[in-house]
Amino acid sequence: MTNLVNTNINGDAVGFACEADETLLDALRNRVGLKGVKEGCGTGDCGACSVILDGTLVCSCLVLGMEVEGRTVETVEGLSNGAELHTLQSKFIEHAALQCGICTPGFLMAAKALLKNNPDPSEEEIRYALAGNLCRCTGYDKIVRAVQATAAELREA
Amino acid sequence: MTADTKFTGQTFKSVGTRPLRPDGIDKVTGRARYGADIDLPGQLVGSILRSPHPHAAIRAINTSKAEALQGVKAVITAADLPDLTNGNKELFDILDNCMARTHVYYDGHAVAAVAAVDAVTARKALKLIKVDYEILPHVTDVDEAVAPGAPVLHKKCFTQGVEPKPKKPSNIARRSEFGHGDVDAGFAKADVIIERTFRTEQTHQGYIEPHACVASISPDGSGELWVCTQGHFVFRQHCAELLGMDVSKLRVTPTEIGGGFGGKTHVWAEPVALALSRKANRPVKLVMSRDEVFRASGPTSATSIDIRIGVTKKGRITAGDATLRYTSGPYVGMWAELGAMTSFACYDMKHVRTVGLEVLVNRPKTTAYRAPSAPMAAFAVESVIDELAGRIGMDPVDLRIRNAAKKGTRSSYGPVYGPIGIGPTLKAAKEHPHMSAPLGENQGRGMACGFWFNFGGQTCTDLNIAPDGTVSLTVGTIDVGGARASLALVAAEELGIPYDQVRTVVGDTSTLGYNDMTDGSRGTFSSSMATIMSARNAISILKERAAKMWDIPVEKVIWEDGCAKAVGKKHGNLAPLSLAEIAEAAPNTGGPIAGHNELVADGAGVSFATHICDVEVDPETGRTQVVRYTVIQDAGKAVHPTYVEGQYQGGAAQGIGWALNEEYVYGDDGRLQNAGFLDYRIPVCSDLPMIDTQILEIPNPNHPYGIRGVGETSIVPPLAAIGNAVSNAFGVRMTHVPMSAPRILAALDEAQAAASEDVETA
Ligand code: FES
Ligand code: FES
Repeated sequence: MTNLVNTNINGDAVGFACEADETLLDALRNRVGLKGVKEGCGTGDCGACSVILDGTLVCSCLVLGMEVEGRTVETVEGLSNGAELHTLQSKFIEHAALQCGICTPGFLMAAKALLKNNPDPSEEEIRYALAGNLCRCTGYDKIVRAVQATAAELREA
Repeated sequence: MTADTKFTGQTFKSVGTRPLRPDGIDKVTGRARYGADIDLPGQLVGSILRSPHPHAAIRAINTSKAEALQGVKAVITAADLPDLTNGNKELFDILDNCMARTHVYYDGHAVAAVAAVDAVTARKALKLIKVDYEILPHVTDVDEAVAPGAPVLHKKCFTQGVEPKPKKPSNIARRSEFGHGDVDAGFAKADVIIERTFRTEQTHQGYIEPHACVASISPDGSGELWVCTQGHFVFRQHCAELLGMDVSKLRVTPTEIGGGFGGKTHVWAEPVALALSRKANRPVKLVMSRDEVFRASGPTSATSIDIRIGVTKKGRITAGDATLRYTSGPYVGMWAELGAMTSFACYDMKHVRTVGLEVLVNRPKTTAYRAPSAPMAAFAVESVIDELAGRIGMDPVDLRIRNAAKKGTRSSYGPVYGPIGIGPTLKAAKEHPHMSAPLGENQGRGMACGFWFNFGGQTCTDLNIAPDGTVSLTVGTIDVGGARASLALVAAEELGIPYDQVRTVVGDTSTLGYNDMTDGSRGTFSSSMATIMSARNAISILKERAAKMWDIPVEKVIWEDGCAKAVGKKHGNLAPLSLAEIAEAAPNTGGPIAGHNELVADGAGVSFATHICDVEVDPETGRTQVVRYTVIQDAGKAVHPTYVEGQYQGGAAQGIGWALNEEYVYGDDGRLQNAGFLDYRIPVCSDLPMIDTQILEIPNPNHPYGIRGVGETSIVPPLAAIGNAVSNAFGVRMTHVPMSAPRILAALDEAQAAASEDVETA
């Protein structure tokens, strides 16, 4: 049965139809058209589908579309302020924290969630906070550095 | 290779700088379109039915119920992909792998496919397809497959490369041999000989983006395909041949690629999607699940390697001998051959022999994985070299320096080396502060070397000058990690203009001539060579146009700093003409200005690396953590050093995962037990330290800028570097990769038991 879900995505009121067993990941990609949310596994193991739901980082492949009724969802598409990139986004480019870039939307959301709760994380805290996101290209070195650089810049701002 | 492609020793303005990549913003904002992000109007969802059996004959397939299900628009089996391969064995194997014909050869082998209005209907339809299997005995283990009495996969498989042709079929599909000298004579001169057998388990490339494509075939027989691939021209060729299409009537557009590492060099679902689209007469989108990626797409080989190396007390290697058994899945490959070629490539050896055996097993078809086949061979060789150093009481770096190949060395696989980086990377390792840093409790340090050939191949590029003097560069190799930026740097360098004035795009198969697969670390090497030639081609036209504008002979025009300049007494005082000025005047001087180049990029310089690694082993659990890691590798010339570092770090991380944790686990039933990222665990952020890099630049004499490929070699040394570090920490020699916690713990227990026995007998 198809249901209508009313929610807030990246600051906009959005309504979408979805099946009872449809994941938030599929709904975001196929119903709302937010293809920046990526599927790497569909089983909660890679973090490519990470979004922020009511302020909490979740794997959108483990959430049902219907569960976001009346809640707020943030995806990578909502990170920048118009043409102005979020500091995380510009630091990821500057530090070459992406190679193929398929993991990047998930890492950006995970890093955003981390920095909101912990503006001055140690390297170890960054590594553990990002441990749910897989990257096969970079070896994580430049990702960690980009997050460190972002944290430093945001603290100064 | 022509005189034009020789290294000239020039100095650089753009090459070697670190500008931002042009595709960066799209990738951090979610705008970049990957394989699964493409949608066409009216598209159907494709899905593939896969065998649950590792080995079976297909008696019959009944698709009638699936066809009758509402919403199903096409169901296909091998009958819809008839054999048009005309005796081309390699192509037939590709076809048979994409859609099983008489037999299934592995858990996950495709047997049928459907296209339906949505995913739910497609899944339902798959369940309605009835396949009648006759289950056959299977073998998944490399050593069991070559043992007497093993189930033989193909009754017509008689080992190639053996004279006379064997009388009995076997799972050894091919034998290859390399080397020179007389190994027996060499071993006779040795003071110490070590002989060991090593095993490495099968790993997957593990790209985060599953295979995905959208196929659309029109009733007029032309078609389009959007796909994440490392080689859209090769995909076009294979798909067109398998479907009986004219090659130029299939247009393949590469999407952004979410990792490949060799795994996206092979067609899997694409011919199936095209066949579904042809039958349904609608576009079909086919995206693999992660489970399918593991079960059915390109893992690397599992191996078993016998190795024997001899040295003198003074540290001269006298001989090396290796027999390498590599699984290639159910079809013959060249994986053991590559292993045999790379085994001893780092060393200057008088007497050397390597034998490669391609072993057929009931596992998915082996596909290239970053420096394919080299890491396993290096694990065996570099472990024994370290052990030999210990036995003769020599520093392992010194032993390697003493025997390192150099310019003029005849390599173990045949060719004579030009200037190479093995000696310099070893020297840099010896001097690196990492080498002398103190170690903590339960920690050990290891090092190892690695080699990769690097490829060149067919390449072409177009360089179009826009009316405002900006430049658009179209290349036919894929951008897997910053190549568009690197190639724009090269074009900017050659034209003498700022990087920002050049934009690189990857062209589809209908906008550019044929390009080989983006593999063998060839992308930047080959396409930069063609880019330089395209730019030079454009410059010669720009000079002609300037001469016309000035009305002077073209011989009096030179190109410098992005401008045409007139030279000589008579014209030397003319103000230079910029690229923009010449471009603006183009309509009146002969029309659009563009440079083209088509070439076979020869002379890809070989690549060497030395890695240093510190590990900490928990003696209670065997869990091993890499605590410090350094990569030293020759890049020839690093076009964009940050992206070169990225390649070094990424390869090392993959090697570390391989060394410590990753492996395909098969049950006795021949089914893959861990087809997901939860149980096939690749390194996560908290598993790794920062990975330090040192880029050496020993110019490749066969490239105008001295560039070598940099993408693969860094996955070669980690297996042995970590094995050597564990050995140095605890005195146990690890011979089985991955060195997972249980294997290390077992080795520690065994060593302890042996030690206490010694005490008792003493
Ligand atoms: S797709 Fe959701 S965690 Fe991998
Ligand atoms: S950049 Fe490719 S997976 Fe992270």
